[in-house]
Amino acid sequence: MTTMTVPGLGALPRKYVPILVTALLLAGMFLAGGVRYTGFASGQVILNVFIDNAFLLVVAVGVTFVILTGGIDLSVGSVVALSTMVVATLLKDGWSPWPVMALVLVIGTVLGLGMGAIIQYFEIQPFIVTLAGMFLARGLCYVIGTASIPIDDPAFTAFAQTRIDLGGDLWISPSVVVAAVVVLVAVYVLHFRRLGRNVYAIGGNEQSAMLMGLPVARTKVTVYAISGFCSASGGLLLSFYMLSGYGLHAAGMELDAIAAVVIGGTLLTGGSGYLLGTVLGVLVLGLIQTIISFEGTLSSWWTRIFIGLLLFAFILMQRLITARRR
Amino acid sequence: MAPPGPILRMRGIGKRFPGVKALDGVDFRLLPGEVHALMGENGAGKSTLIKVLTGVYDIDDGEMELEGRPAAFSSPLAAQQAGISTVYQEVNLCPNLSVAENIFIGREPRRLGHIRWKRMRHRAGELLHRLDLDLDVSAALSTYSLAVQQMVAIARAVDVEAKVLVLDEPTSSLDAGEVAQLFRVMRRLKEQGIAILFVSHFLDQVYEIADRMTILRNGRLVGEYLTSELSQVELVGKMIGRELADLERLEGRPLARETGPLVEARDLGRAGAIEPFTLTIHEGEVVGLAGLLGSGRTELARLLFGADHAGTGSLRIAGEAANLRTPRAAIHRNLAFCSENRREEGLVPDLTVRENIVLALQAARGWTRPLPRRRQDELVAKYISALNIRPADPEQLVQNLSGGNQQKVLLARWLILEPRLLILDEPTRGIDVGAKAEIQRLVAELSDGGMAVLFISAELEEVLRLSHKVGVLRDRRLVAEVDNDEGLTSEVLTETIASGAAS
Repeated sequence: MTTMTVPGLGALPRKYVPILVTALLLAGMFLAGGVRYTGFASGQVILNVFIDNAFLLVVAVGVTFVILTGGIDLSVGSVVALSTMVVATLLKDGWSPWPVMALVLVIGTVLGLGMGAIIQYFEIQPFIVTLAGMFLARGLCYVIGTASIPIDDPAFTAFAQTRIDLGGDLWISPSVVVAAVVVLVAVYVLHFRRLGRNVYAIGGNEQSAMLMGLPVARTKVTVYAISGFCSASGGLLLSFYMLSGYGLHAAGMELDAIAAVVIGGTLLTGGSGYLLGTVLGVLVLGLIQTIISFEGTLSSWWTRIFIGLLLFAFILMQRLITARRR
Repeated sequence: MAPPGPILRMRGIGKRFPGVKALDGVDFRLLPGEVHALMGENGAGKSTLIKVLTGVYDIDDGEMELEGRPAAFSSPLAAQQAGISTVYQEVNLCPNLSVAENIFIGREPRRLGHIRWKRMRHRAGELLHRLDLDLDVSAALSTYSLAVQQMVAIARAVDVEAKVLVLDEPTSSLDAGEVAQLFRVMRRLKEQGIAILFVSHFLDQVYEIADRMTILRNGRLVGEYLTSELSQVELVGKMIGRELADLERLEGRPLARETGPLVEARDLGRAGAIEPFTLTIHEGEVVGLAGLLGSGRTELARLLFGADHAGTGSLRIAGEAANLRTPRAAIHRNLAFCSENRREEGLVPDLTVRENIVLALQAARGWTRPLPRRRQDELVAKYISALNIRPADPEQLVQNLSGGNQQKVLLARWLILEPRLLILDEPTRGIDVGAKAEIQRLVAELSDGGMAVLFISAELEEVLRLSHKVGVLRDRRLVAEVDNDEGLTSEVLTETIASGAAS
C-alpha cells in the first residue's frame, strides 16, 4: 500500500504522513494558543519562534543528515558551546570578527570529520564516538575558561541588534536569514546532489549502497563533518544571540536537536525523512516554549514534559507506520 | 563460423581463507551471448568464485582476462566499471528510494552536478520497457514485490553497459510465473550478446535456461559441459562426488525394530518453505534426509522442531497431538535440534566447553535452579570422554576447538538432555574425515540405545550408511521415502534426487 486516503486531501503518499501529522500538530497548537491567549495569534509570535530558535534549526539540519544515514551525533550541543567560547575568547584577545568566524567553522568541521573518520574506519558505533566527542568539546570549553565571557565586539553587537523589517510591524533577525539559507542549501544538497541521494541510500540499506558502488565511507564521514559545520554555525548564531561565550551554553541541545528531527518525522533508523519535517519539528519545540511563557505561571520544565510526551507519541506513530508497511 | 572467443577467462584461480582452501586451480570461461550455469553443492566454491570475479575478494593465485586483456578488480565498483555486473540472491537495492533512483543512483544524469530527475525517470521507464516491465518509476521500491525488485536490480545491472551479468541465485524466492518473467528477460539480454553467469539450486531451471555449465566440488573444478550433453543424473553425481568411499561401511546395521512411532507428521507444511509432507519416525530409527541444498531439508526439520510454524497439517509425538509453537515446547517434549550453522545458531564461542555443554540443560531447568558445579563437571567429563572431544579440557574456550570438536560439543549439549528424537542438520559438514567417522559411529550407537535420529546430510554415502529409511527431497517437496535395504545404492538415490520420481 503506497498511499492512504486522508479526508479532504485525497490520496497522499505514505512517506509524507509523518510530516503532515507534525504540520497539523503545529497548526493545532497555534490555533489553541490563539484562542487561549490574547496577542498570541500574530505573525510576530511565529517569527519570534524562528528568531529564538535559529541556532537550534541550523544544528538540527546537521543532525538530520546524520540521522538520515542511520547514525547519531550527540556532540552537537558541546560543539555549539565550544564555538561560543572560542569566539568570545578570541574576540577578547583582539582578533577581528571574520577570521574568528572562519576559524570556528573550521574547528567544528574538523571535529565532525574526526568523529566520522573514527566511526567509519574503526567501525565503532556513532553513539559512543560522538558521546566521547561531546565530553571532549565540553571539556575544552572549561580549559578555555570556566566563567562566562561577554562579547562586546562592535560587529557582533551590530549583527545581534539588527532587525530586518518585513513591513507591517514584522521583523526578523539576521540569524533567521542565515538559518533559512542553511536549510535551503541543505534541501538542495539532499534532493538534487549525489551526496544527498547517497545519504538516503545509505540510510535505506548500507550494505546495498556499498554493493551498488556508492562511496559509502566518504559519504558517512562527510555527514559528520556537515553536522560539525552546522554545530559551529549554530554556535556562531548563539553567540550573536547571547553575546557571550560560556561552557554551559547549549546544555542538552543535542537532545533538543534530535527531538526536533524525530518529531519532524525522520526515522532514527535512517533513510526516511525530510528537512521540512525538521523545520516543523523545531517550530513545534519553539511553540511549546512560547505557549508556556504565555501561560506565565507554568515552570519552564513543562517544556521538557511536553517534549517528552510528544517524542513518545511520534516514536509510536513511526513504529506503527513502518510496521504496517511490511 | 568459428564460435566467438570467450569474453571472460579465468585460469588457475586459487583463494585461501584462514584454514580453508576455498578455490584451488579453477579454470572458468564465459562466452558472449550464452547463459552459463555454475553448479556445485554448498561450500563447493561457487560464491567464492563469483566474489573473486566481481572484485569482492582478491585473487590469491591465477589470472583473469576480460576481452583478452588481463584484469583484476579491487572493488565491486571497479568490476562494474569494467562491465561485470552482479545481482545477488537478496535484492541489494535501497527499498526507501524510488525505482528510477535505484536503477541510476551513483550515475544519475546530471548537469553541473544537478540531478536531472525528469530525465532519470524517463530513461528508467525506457529501460524497464525494454525488459517488458511497466512500473511507476517514481514509486518507492518497497512497494513492489521481491520479484519485481529483482528485475529492477537486473535493469540496474544491465544499464551499465554490462558485458557480463552475474545472477547469484536470483530465483530462490520467486514463484513459477515470476521465474518465467525473469527467464524472458534473461533471453532478451542473451540476444543482445551479454554473457550471463547463472547460479541456481533448481536443476530444472538450470536445464531450461543454461547453455553450458561449469561444475565445482570442494573448491576444485570438475569440468565444463554443454547442458544438452549432460544428464541430470550425471550432473548430480558430479556435484556430490564420492569422497567418502574410503570410509568403511558400518558393519551389522540392525534393522529397524518393531517399535511404536515416536513422531508422526501428517500433511505438515509451510507455504514458501516446504510442501505438505507425511513422515513417521519410530523409536530407535535413523531417518536420513537426502536432497540438494535448498531442496527443503532444513525447512522440514525446522517444522518438526517448532522453529517455524506449520501452516498446514498435524504433528503427533508419542501418540499425543502436539502443537509445537516454539523450540522450547519441542525441547520440553524431548526433541533436540543440532543446527546446520553451528557458529551462528549453536555455540557461544566465548564460553568454555563446559559452559556450552550445560547451556541447554541449564535452560531447561530454568535459571533459578542452577546446576551444581560438581554435577556439571561429572556430566561434562562423561561426554568429553564419550564423544572423544579434544582437547579434553572442559575450561577451554570453544572458539579454540576445531570444527569437528565444536560439532561434538554441540552434540553433547543436546545429548545430556537425553532427547527421544535428535535432529542433526549437516552434522559432518566442514569437519575432517576422522571426526566424521566418530560422529557417524555415535549416531549408530544412539539409535541402538533407542533414540530416534533425523539425519540430514548432503553426502549420500553417509545417509545410506546410517539410515534405516531415507526421505528424498527435491524442490521443497518430500518426493520419496525409501527403506534402506540391499537394493538402495547411492546411484538409485542420485537418480531419485535428479528425477524426483518416487521409486
